[in-house]
Amino acid sequence: MSKEAILSVRNLGISFGGLKAVTNFNLDLYEGELVGLIGPNGAGKTTVFNLLTGVYIPTEGSIHLNGISINGKKTHQVVAAGAARTFQNIRLFKTLTVLENVKIAFTKDIKYTLFDTLFRTGRFWREEAEITAKSMELLKLFNLQDKAEAIATNLPYGQQRKLEIARALATDMKVLLLDEPAAGMNPVETAELLECINLIRQKFNVSILLIEHDMSLVMKICERILVIDYGETIASGLPHEIANNPKVIAAYLGG
Amino acid sequence: MAMPKEKRNGTLINFAAVMLGFVLLYLLKTSGLISNYYQGIIIQCFFTIIMVASLNIATGYLGQLALGHAGFMAIGAYTSALVVKALTNADILNGGTDLEKIILLVIGIACGATLAAIIGALVGIPALRLRGDYLAIITLGFGEIIRVVIQNLKFAGGKGLAAGQAGQALIGIKILNNVYFIYFIMAASIAILFCFVRSKSGRAIVAIREDDIASEASGVNNTHYKVMAFTIAAFFAGVAGAIFAHRGTGTIQPADFTFMKSTEYVIMVVIGGMSSLTGSVIAAVALSIIPEILRAFSEYRMLVYSVLLIIMMIFRPIGLCGRYEFSLRQFLIDLPQNIKNLPRNLQRFWLSCLQSAKDFPGRVKSFFSKDKGRDDGDNDETEAVV
Repeated sequence: MSKEAILSVRNLGISFGGLKAVTNFNLDLYEGELVGLIGPNGAGKTTVFNLLTGVYIPTEGSIHLNGISINGKKTHQVVAAGAARTFQNIRLFKTLTVLENVKIAFTKDIKYTLFDTLFRTGRFWREEAEITAKSMELLKLFNLQDKAEAIATNLPYGQQRKLEIARALATDMKVLLLDEPAAGMNPVETAELLECINLIRQKFNVSILLIEHDMSLVMKICERILVIDYGETIASGLPHEIANNPKVIAAYLGG
Repeated sequence: MAMPKEKRNGTLINFAAVMLGFVLLYLLKTSGLISNYYQGIIIQCFFTIIMVASLNIATGYLGQLALGHAGFMAIGAYTSALVVKALTNADILNGGTDLEKIILLVIGIACGATLAAIIGALVGIPALRLRGDYLAIITLGFGEIIRVVIQNLKFAGGKGLAAGQAGQALIGIKILNNVYFIYFIMAASIAILFCFVRSKSGRAIVAIREDDIASEASGVNNTHYKVMAFTIAAFFAGVAGAIFAHRGTGTIQPADFTFMKSTEYVIMVVIGGMSSLTGSVIAAVALSIIPEILRAFSEYRMLVYSVLLIIMMIFRPIGLCGRYEFSLRQFLIDLPQNIKNLPRNLQRFWLSCLQSAKDFPGRVKSFFSKDKGRDDGDNDETEAVV
C-alpha cells in the first residue's frame, strides 16, 4: 500500500526482569483497516495493547501514531493523540449513569476554565449542552439512548460492552483497540457486536486492532491477522492463510 | 447559549433561600435570642460545614482517604491570624469599625486559604501517586508534620510575630466574628464546591474514583484532576481555618489541629454520605450541635456519640444522604404532591420504623457475627448463611 500507516509499530518489545513478554512486534495499521491480533492465552496480546496505550513503557522499539512518536507517553496523552481502547474485563464508571460515562470521555475536548465553572458563564452551558448532544448521538448509534439515565452497572452485559465502545469512540480517536469484545457473550450478543463493529467502521472511518478468541468472529471481519505466541509474532497474513498456517495450528493445538 | 431556564430558576431560588437564611439570622440576633454562647456554636457550625464539604471533595468524590485535613486548617488559621496581627500591629487597619473587621477577615481568609492551597498542591503531587491505605498514612503524616512545624515556629507562638515564642498557644488574635459575614462565606463556599462538582472537573474526579485505569484510558489526566481536587479541598480547609482562628476566643494552639480532629471530619463525611454535599452540611451541623446538647450528661457524652455512630453504621452504612443532593427547586415542585401524600408517607415511615425495630437484634447479631467485608447492605443473606 502506498498510503502512510496510521499506526506504525517497529521492533516493539518489553522485558519484565528477565522475561521477554513481547519481542520484535511489528505492525502497520492503515486507515479504515481492521486487523486481528490472536494467539493462545498468555501469548502477550494484552501486553501489546498495554504497550500501545502507554500503560507499560516499551523497553525497545518505536510506536508512531499519525506520524508522531508515542513512546513513553502517558495513557491520556496517547488518547489525545488518537488511540482509544476497551478492556478485556469491562471497565465502566459503574455507579455513574450511561450518559455520564460517555461525557467523561469528552473531558479533554472541553475548553471552559475553572472561572467558567464557578460563574456558570454562557460558555459553560454551551459546551455542556454540546457534549451532552454529542454523547446522546453516540448512544443513539448503539441503541442506548433510552438508557441514558440508567446506572451503568445495571445494564446487561452486551450493552455494557457497547457502552464501553461508545465511550472509546467519544475520545475522537483514529485507532480503536478492542480487547476481547466478544468474551463472555452469547451468539446473539456476538452477532450484535459484529453489526456494531461494522457500523463503527462505516460511520467513523477508524482503524481497528482487535484481540479476540472467537475465531468465527475473527475470520469473518478481520482483513489481516497477526498471530503471536510467547511474545513473538509467528504468523501474519490474510485470514485464510492464517487458518492453514502449520505454525499457528501448532501453537493452538500444542503440536 | 445562555443558562437553561430551569437552571436559572434554581439559582434564583437558592439565592433567595440564602437571603432568607440571612434575614432569619438577623432577626434572631437582633431580637436577642442568640446569646454569645449560641453565636459561638453557630460559627462553629459554619466553619465545620466548610471543613466537611471540602474534605468530601477529596474523600467522597475523589475517593481518597485523606487523614490530614486539620493540617491544612492549621495553615489557614495560623496564616490568617498572623497576617491580621501584622496588619493591626502596623496600624494599617485596626479593625475598629465593622467594615474594617470584615476587610481584615477577608484578607486573613484570602492569605490563609491561598497558602493552604499551595501547601495542599505541594503535598498532593507526591502523595497522590499513592492510593488507599498508603495515601491515608502519608496524609496523616503530612498533617502531623504541619502541626509539629507550627509548634516549633517562633513567630507562631505566644504573642506572635516578633514577640513570639515557640511551643506556646498563639494569643491575642483579633476577634472577627461577624456571624452574618461568616454565613455568607459559608454559603459561597458551598456554592463554589457545588459548581465545581457539577462540571467537567467534578465528572473527571468521580470517574477517577470509579475506575482510575478507565478514566485515564478515556483521556482524563488523572494526576491533574487529583491534584486539583486535593488543592481545592486544602483551599477551603484554609478558609475554615481562618474563620476558626478569629472565631472569638482570641487564641489557637497546635493541639487544636491534631490527627483526632482530622478523623472527626472524616467521620462527619462518612456519616453525611460520601459525595453528597447536602449530607456534609447536615452531618457538620448535627455533629457540631449534638456534643453541645449532650454537655448536660458530660461523662456519658462520648459514649452516646459512639453508640450513635455504631447504630448509623449498622442501619445506613452509605451515610445519611448517600449520594443524594438536595435541590430546593425540585423540593418546591414536589411539595404539593408530598403534602397530599403526607399521611400515607408518614404511615409508611412508621411501618418501616417498626420493621427496623423488629430487625434490630438480627442486624446487630449479623453485624458482629463475622467479617462481611465492605458490603453491609445485605444482612438477610448473611443471616441465612450463618
